[in-house]
Formats: sequence, C-alpha cells, structure tokens
Amino acid sequence: MNIYAIRAIYVFEMSRTWRTLMESIASPILTTSLYFIVFGAAIGSRMGDIDGISYGSFIIPGLLMLSLLGESISNASFGIYFPKFSGTIYEVLSAPVSPVEVVIGYVGAAASKSLIIGGLILITARFFVDYQIMHPVMMVSFLLLTAISFSLFGFIIGLWADDFQKLQIIPMMVITPLTFLGGAFYSISMLPPFWQKVTLFNPVVYLISGFRWSFYGVADVNVGISLAMIMVFMLLCLTGIWWIFKTGYRLKN
Amino acid sequence: MESIITIRNLSKTYSTGLLALNNINLDIHKGEIFALLGPNGAGKTTLISIICGIVTPGEGDVTVDKHDIVLNFRAARSMIGLVPQELSIATFESVLTTMNFSRGLFGKPSNPVYIESVLRDLSLWDKRDERIVNLSGGMKRRVLIAKALAHEPKILFLDEPTAGIDVEQRRGMWNMVRRLRDSGVTIILTTHYIEEAEEMADRIGVINDGQISVIEEKTVLMNKLGKKQLALTLQHPLKSLPDELAGYPLELSQDGEVLVFTFDVQKEHTGISELLRKLSQFGIDFKDLHSSQSSLEDIFVSLVRDKS
Ligand SMILES: Nc1ncnc2c1ncn2[C@@H]1O[C@H](COP(=O)(O)OP(=O)(O)O)[C@@H](O)[C@H]1O
Ligand SMILES: [Mg+2]
Repeated sequence: MNIYAIRAIYVFEMSRTWRTLMESIASPILTTSLYFIVFGAAIGSRMGDIDGISYGSFIIPGLLMLSLLGESISNASFGIYFPKFSGTIYEVLSAPVSPVEVVIGYVGAAASKSLIIGGLILITARFFVDYQIMHPVMMVSFLLLTAISFSLFGFIIGLWADDFQKLQIIPMMVITPLTFLGGAFYSISMLPPFWQKVTLFNPVVYLISGFRWSFYGVADVNVGISLAMIMVFMLLCLTGIWWIFKTGYRLKN
Repeated sequence: MESIITIRNLSKTYSTGLLALNNINLDIHKGEIFALLGPNGAGKTTLISIICGIVTPGEGDVTVDKHDIVLNFRAARSMIGLVPQELSIATFESVLTTMNFSRGLFGKPSNPVYIESVLRDLSLWDKRDERIVNLSGGMKRRVLIAKALAHEPKILFLDEPTAGIDVEQRRGMWNMVRRLRDSGVTIILTTHYIEEAEEMADRIGVINDGQISVIEEKTVLMNKLGKKQLALTLQHPLKSLPDELAGYPLELSQDGEVLVFTFDVQKEHTGISELLRKLSQFGIDFKDLHSSQSSLEDIFVSLVRDKS
C-alpha cells in the first residue's frame, strides 16, 4: 500500500476545499439554511405534525441527505474530472499507485468534505428547529455510507464525463428529482397507494427513510432494507470503478 | 553496457486505428543521455507515455531495471520521473505544495532538505511560495522538472524539454541535464531539434512513422552516415562536364566555377585520387579546394526522406 500517495492525494484535495472555502462550504450551508427558514420556520408552522414529529424537524434528515448526496457527487466528480481536463492526471497515472489507492485518496477527500458540510448543516439546523437523534451510531453509519457510496458514484461520473456539461447532467437530471421525490419533504404514506408503490423504485427513498429512522425512530420502509440498499449501491459503484480501471476506460488511451 | 530500459517488439494502435508504434526494439543504457529524434507525430510521446504508464501498451514488453512495467508497475514507476510535453500543472498551488504532492504520490516520505536542493538547483527556491499561475512559461517548465525529480528518480524522461523556450534558457536546460547525468541519472529526451540531439546525446535513436530506423552512438552515427563533400574551385569556368566524367558523383555549379564531389567517408576508396588524376588528364585545373562533412541535420533529413 502506497500510504504516502493516498495521503498526498487526500491532502491535495482537501487543500482545494480550504482554498475555495466560500464555495465549498459556505454555499451549501446557506442554501440549507434557506430551506429551513422557508419550509421549517415559515411554512412548517402552518403544517401539521407527521408521524408525531413537527414538520420542521421532520424535514431535517431529508435535507441533510439532499446536501450530502449533491455534495458527495459534485466533490468527487469534480475532483477527478479536473485533473483529466487540465492534463495533470498524467502525474497520477505515471505514479506507483494502484487504482485502489487513487480511489481512497479522491473518494476519501470528497466524502470527508461532504461529511464536514453535513455536520455543519446539522449544527446550523439547531438554530431553526429542534431535533433529536435516537440512534446516533446508526445515524453516523448512514452518513458515512451515503457519503462514501455517492462519492464513489461521483467519481464514476467524473471519469466518464468528457465535458463540463456531462459533469453536471446526471446530478441535475437524475439525482435532484430523485431526492425531491424521495420523501425529504413528506412521508410516503401521504401519497396515493399507486404512487406509494412507484416510489419504492426510487433508491433515495430508502436512504432518507433509514436516515430519518435514526433520528426519530419512524421509517417508511424497514431500516434493514434501507441499509441493504445502500450497501448494494456501494457495491455497484465499486464494481463500476474496478471495471473502469481494469479497462483504462476514459483514463488511458 | 548495462541496459536500464528494455523495449521488445512494442507496438501500439490507438482506438482510432492509427498505428502509432510499429515493433519498437530499444535498449536504454544506464547513465546515458539518449535522444529520441523524430518529426512531429513520429510516436515519441506515445513511446514515453507507454513506458511511464500513461498509455496502455499494445503488443510487446517493456522492462525498467528488469521490472515489467505492467506486472511490476510499482517498482518500475518508482524509478522514473517524467516531464511531459504539455505544461500540465495544477496552477493554483504553490511550488512547494505541488512538489510535496509529487513526492508523496511516488511513495516517498517528505524530505525538505532534498526538495530545497532541487528547487535551488533549478533557481526556483525564491519562488517556492508563489502560486504556479503567476510564473512564466519557462519557470513552469522548470517546476515540472522539479516535480519529476521530487522523488529522486533514477531515470528521467524529458519530452521536448526545450520546445518554445529561448536560446539562453535552452543552454541552461542542457547544462542542468548534464549535471543530472553526472549525478547518475539516466536521461531520455525527445526532440525534433537536431541541434539538441547533437549537443546533448550520447546516443541517438531516430524515430519516424512509429518505427525506429537508427540507433547509434552519436559520433558513430555522424561518421557512418556522414557524407563528405569536396568542393573544387576551378581556374577556368566549365560550360558542362566532360562526358568521360559522367559516371562520377559530380555536380557543377550554375556559373560553372565550382565542381562538387560527394563521397562516403566509410568507404576505403573514396575515389579522390582517381578523380584528381582524371581532372588533370582533361586539363581541368583548380585553384582552391575544401571538404565539408554533413551535419546530423542532413543525415536526419535524408533518413526521414528515404522512409517516405
Ligand atoms: N490519444 C490519441 N489517440 C489517437 N491518436 C493519437 C493519440 N495520441 C497521439 N496520436 C497519434 O499518434 C501519432 C504519434 O503521436 P505522438 O506520439 O504524440 O508523436 P510525437 O510525440 O512524436 O510528436 C500521431 O499521428 C498522433 O496523431
Ligand atoms: Mg510529442
């Protein structure tokens, strides 16, 4: 294991985060704060409780997941896309590092960054609404697993994309709708029976449901299934990356 | 001569179907400066990129210090530093940060003393905290060299190191390369400047259309392929060559005042004395003569022309 290389990539990526602190950290926090003000404090006060939880508190896990997914994907995809775009990837390709080490470095940094943002959002939320965390260990596990698997997913997007448009199209066209329709702002039981069935094809539903369970002990779907789903997703991403490195797809000519 | 890089039957076809390398066989000797000379598109960058792990090899084998570049890529790549042709460099970092990144990437613990010596050697120490975006093109290239040296490689690849830099900087670069070689680093540089190969290299390989046509010691190459010319300035201008001299490699200048005889230095019988005898036989007197040897440039041009 080339530990020095992993550390070099990780430190390099994190230093990019600190350098662009405003865009990296401030903007997602600001955006989520706005959500809390609008949906939590303003509209939430007119809404009834869901599953015995006030609306403002109910949306916290979903909002957190929303940022976590978006941040993980964009951090990781940009992190690997940019060296490809600027040509500096030559150095990583010519270094005595294995694909596993490259992935740990880049994905680790992307996941760390989105976890930092997640933590900051959680703290920010305290200023607007009340919440409790009934199962802290599970909550942290969900956070970690989500950050890592969606950073892996973002890494794949970054490898696949060969222009900036492609870099943004999947997060915009796929992830955003899936998260909004994934039960961040409502309980699935509020949907008509037909749509309750359809929505179960949305993987984000399992994430948000499981995550919300770790806060309030209530879930739309079984927590075990939620965990299993995220593991499956992670496995799929790992397989994809393994294949990319094996074939050199979009990395080497 | 101990060989540090061995290339056997290496071919590469890009996904476009272009055959960029066609059955390359090459040995790089330990401690030498090897110049890979060829026109644009010859396959120089492709060859380097395969050895360094940036392009996947097609057929054939490459070993670096006996380590297969695919099976044993860690050992192979640890020995190599690469200065790419393009100025590809993360521009928002400081010089020092990017140096430390490079060293770490190649699996070496930090060594501020060594890094300082490299930066000083390349006159970059004063710029160590400067962001790369603020540096001039020549400095950026030196930063790339510094990065390539950050992990103390035994082999250094320089892909067109002096493309687009001025004469003075070029001299500086050459001196630096020689210092490196003297410190035991094997150097492979590519260039399409013949002057550069002639100035720098111990050995020269000529590559064209993905094939290596010549690999020789520079001096041997120049002797072996070098044609000499003997120019005779005539006492009385000639209108045309006498028919009896038609079989000789002779050329008469436009004004008929200079007769040029081309011969091969290699040959035991250059034919000079015979020619001179013939000339006096026909009463052609000359008042001056001088000989000249073709440069590597002429050799190169004739090689490339022969191929196509
Ligand atoms: N990524 C690539 N895909 C397809 N063809 C390529 C690629 N890179 C280089 N080539 C082609 O391969 C040939 C050799 O290129 P290169 O190795 O860059 O030559 P040189 O460095 O000697 O100028 C050229 O014809 C070039 O157009
Ligand atoms: Mg080139």
